[in-house]
Amino acid sequence: MKDSLEHFDKAFENRIRLQIMSVLAANIGYDFNSLKDLLQITDGNLASHIKALEKEEYISITKSFIGKKPNTQYAITKKGKTAFKKHLQALENLIKQQK
Amino acid sequence: MNEKDAFAELSSIRDLMERSSKFISLSGLSGILAGMYALAGAGWAYLLLKHHSWFNLGSAYEKEPDILMQLFLIALAVLILSVVTSYWLTMRKAKSRQENVWNPVSKRMLTAIAIPMITGGLFMGILLLKDVYTPIASASLIFYGLALVAGSQYTYDDVKWLGIGEIILGLLALLLPGYGLIFWAIGFGILHIIYGAIMHYKYER
Repeated sequence: MKDSLEHFDKAFENRIRLQIMSVLAANIGYDFNSLKDLLQITDGNLASHIKALEKEEYISITKSFIGKKPNTQYAITKKGKTAFKKHLQALENLIKQQK
Repeated sequence: MNEKDAFAELSSIRDLMERSSKFISLSGLSGILAGMYALAGAGWAYLLLKHHSWFNLGSAYEKEPDILMQLFLIALAVLILSVVTSYWLTMRKAKSRQENVWNPVSKRMLTAIAIPMITGGLFMGILLLKDVYTPIASASLIFYGLALVAGSQYTYDDVKWLGIGEIILGLLALLLPGYGLIFWAIGFGILHIIYGAIMHYKYER
């Protein structure tokens, strides 16, 4: 039991961070506003969680402009993908162990 | 964390991955309506061509440019009506699901669809310019089918099967020249109605 818990990533303890990672794992990229719409959270909330994930180098950020509007795209990094997969595996192991 | 929590977390992750990468506000009803417009259009075209035998349909177009123009207008009307209807129904469904229609997935889906559709449109335009009419029915079915298959990776898997059906009909239409109208009626009419009914039955009840 304890052994499998050690595989849980601290960065994913927060639900919103895990949700952001889930979206980015399923898509080649996602922009700020679409993420906000999808997760139905505030700008500030999303920005702070994105910052945390960026600090872990789990996501990468590409800033550009569409016309005059700034467009910020987020994508999962290799490191992020590995961490996300590990986390899913840990969850699955937990279920298996208790069966 | 216990087993139940882990299970709930996994299924919510799976749900979000699915929801963020698939556009599922497509409406089955719009498929049924598009099919009906197509059948009505095909019926109208049939009345125009009634005095020609099926085998000579190809030559009929060439002899009577007036009929060709009318057929073109019917096809255009069916296309515009179908697009407007599905746009409206999709907007309505997205609104009721509180989903933003214009999201990264729908944009990717439209881009994927646009490439075969525009290529097909130009292809058929060139055929018309060159006075080659026989393969037009076939080309419209094939390019439309390719567009559906390309777009289907961003939505329900059923769309892919509709696309494959259209492609097969398009190839058959090429194999049996002169029966274009029948293949059109089956491809754009009957297949759409079947698809729409399945979608409605599976996802909207």
